[in-house]
Amino acid sequence: MGGTSSIPRWADIVLLPLLNLILAFLISGLVVLMIGENPLMAYYAIFYGAFGSGDGLGYTLYYATNFVFTGLAVAIAAHAGLFNIGAEGQAYVAGLGAILVALALDQTSVFLVVPLAILGAAAFGGMWAAIPGWLQAKRGSHIVITTIMFNFIASAAMIYVLNRFLKPAGSNGLESRVLDQTAWMPQLRLFMPGFGFSPVNLSIVLALLLLVGFYILVWHTKFGFALRTMGKNPLASRYAGMSNVKLIVITMAISGGLAGMMAINQVLGLNHRLVENFVAGAGFVGIAVALMGRNHPVGIALAALLFGVLYQGGSEMQFVMPNVNKEVVSVVQALVILFTGAMEGLFRPSLERLFAGWGGSGKAEAIARTTAGSES
Amino acid sequence: MDWPTIISILAATLRFATPLLLACLAGLYSERAGVFDIGLEGKMLFAAFFAAAVAAVTGNMWLGLLAGLGASLSTAMVQGVAAITLKGNQIIAGVAINMLAVGLTTFLGQSWFRQGGRTPPLPQGGRFLPIQLPFAAEIGQIPYIGPLYANVLSGHSIFVYLAFLAVPITAYVLYRTRFGLRLRAVGENPKAVDTAGIAVNLMRYKAVVVTGLLCGLAGAYFSIAQGSGFGNNMTAGKGYIALAALIFAKWKPYPAMFACLLFGFLDALQIRLQGVAMPVIGQVPVQAIQALPYVLTVILLAGFIGKAVGPKAGGVPYTKER
Repeated sequence: MGGTSSIPRWADIVLLPLLNLILAFLISGLVVLMIGENPLMAYYAIFYGAFGSGDGLGYTLYYATNFVFTGLAVAIAAHAGLFNIGAEGQAYVAGLGAILVALALDQTSVFLVVPLAILGAAAFGGMWAAIPGWLQAKRGSHIVITTIMFNFIASAAMIYVLNRFLKPAGSNGLESRVLDQTAWMPQLRLFMPGFGFSPVNLSIVLALLLLVGFYILVWHTKFGFALRTMGKNPLASRYAGMSNVKLIVITMAISGGLAGMMAINQVLGLNHRLVENFVAGAGFVGIAVALMGRNHPVGIALAALLFGVLYQGGSEMQFVMPNVNKEVVSVVQALVILFTGAMEGLFRPSLERLFAGWGGSGKAEAIARTTAGSES
Repeated sequence: MDWPTIISILAATLRFATPLLLACLAGLYSERAGVFDIGLEGKMLFAAFFAAAVAAVTGNMWLGLLAGLGASLSTAMVQGVAAITLKGNQIIAGVAINMLAVGLTTFLGQSWFRQGGRTPPLPQGGRFLPIQLPFAAEIGQIPYIGPLYANVLSGHSIFVYLAFLAVPITAYVLYRTRFGLRLRAVGENPKAVDTAGIAVNLMRYKAVVVTGLLCGLAGAYFSIAQGSGFGNNMTAGKGYIALAALIFAKWKPYPAMFACLLFGFLDALQIRLQGVAMPVIGQVPVQAIQALPYVLTVILLAGFIGKAVGPKAGGVPYTKER
């Protein structure tokens, strides 16, 4: 993902995603228009629903927290040249790790349960991602296909576990018992009443820490250097004496662990029990977040916030405009993925020409680069 | 298990295998031409929705089918533009298409029909009905073998027969025609094809068109033949199973048919076994059978039973040298 480019850096990381985003909004607007509703009103309803009240803001941040985790998961794999489509399944399996710890220890203390549940989630999610990583590194299976298959296997396995072991006797829903309050991730509204009834919780602090940690890990450690080297050129990293097998497995384990943090936010922060299919697409949003955020923590934070706004605002919009289904949010999300991930070629060549037109020396240089690029 | 039960499982196997087979062959064309297609699911879902929507409004199954084919074909073209002309990431394009299909079909369905995303039940003439093969009633009288013909082979909609007919046709096209040779060459070594004076991208677009049409058939089958009307996310991951079957079949037509039959059989069996206690092993968890196609594919991909190696140029957009 991402290649050599002959446009200024700011245009590459700000202008291009922005153009793609505007296009995605324009097309979704057309879809809203097609069913005879006013897209501007829909956008206003989304914006107001996301920021108009303490509750709304809290929910926006809550969703954004989820998307930071899954976005980071996809991004770290992308830096290593791996496409992890399995964040969805990894977060789901991580939920099992979190709930097992929490169910066992929810009579003790929050200071014991929460850190151990985080470790449990990271271990389960990491393991679920490390297997496809190992299969790719050792056996040459295509990681994209394997992680897709693992999403489905996770879904089947989790339903089985919920149904067979976690469901309390006499319960109808496919969910575990409710945790004792000691195991709940403290919600921010306990200290900041302004957040109303929203579930935004201390996981958001974890998300911020991980954003910083991600930056340090990827750009300021030996491991991060090895990771990026392999991502750019696996042969180079091998000749430099790094073990690609080890790198792939560790990267995928970290990726799955990051995705697993989403389970902490949801299971300990909101549901307080394990619910069937609680991930509900957050793993796939992570792909959009990583693509839009250019695999950089700052970009990921902003993109996660954007999707948080869309998710929270989208549900609120349904109350204001009953004819506009909140699925319009998935349409925006899909178009963002399509334009930023698969249709880069839509704007990039014209931007390159545009910037090449500015200043004579820049022009010659850009042309030289374009021709050099096309020969590779 | 008694004979009538086996008969009904076999008949269900054919019904479940049909959309898998159509989608699997669809994927075969595009992947053999070097375009990875994760978006089979999305194209089927679009086709299922538009086929049901048009069939419900017009009451004409053929118009419905046409709409389904059109929807799938246009989606395939969007993917084609991204993957071939714009040289974008083919996997991401597929992911986006699948997501778009889920969102857009639910959104439009809810706005147009107001039934929670469903389309209204199809009126008379809006649905493809089962076809009785000649002498089905008479041959059905023969004990044991009769029902095999009357109840397993006969009594399906036209899609089922089309799907199985498409297998030898695909094999012929792929291995015995100039088009097939070029298609495979474009997927293995596009440079060589280009040197021979054949337009690589045009070949790939042709393959993508076939993919779009076959996915259209598969999708329409869901909503206007097997079912009567469209329901939310009706294809329920079958596009991914078809992808698994394609890998399982090592991108070859006849093995694709057997893989789809196997996965279709597992589907039929799983429904039969729900809540049934088996001798010796006790109650089989249905989830284990549901997960089996995916587990088998993972094992195969890892090279533990045979080795699945895809087309060499798969996933790589072709850039002409200057």
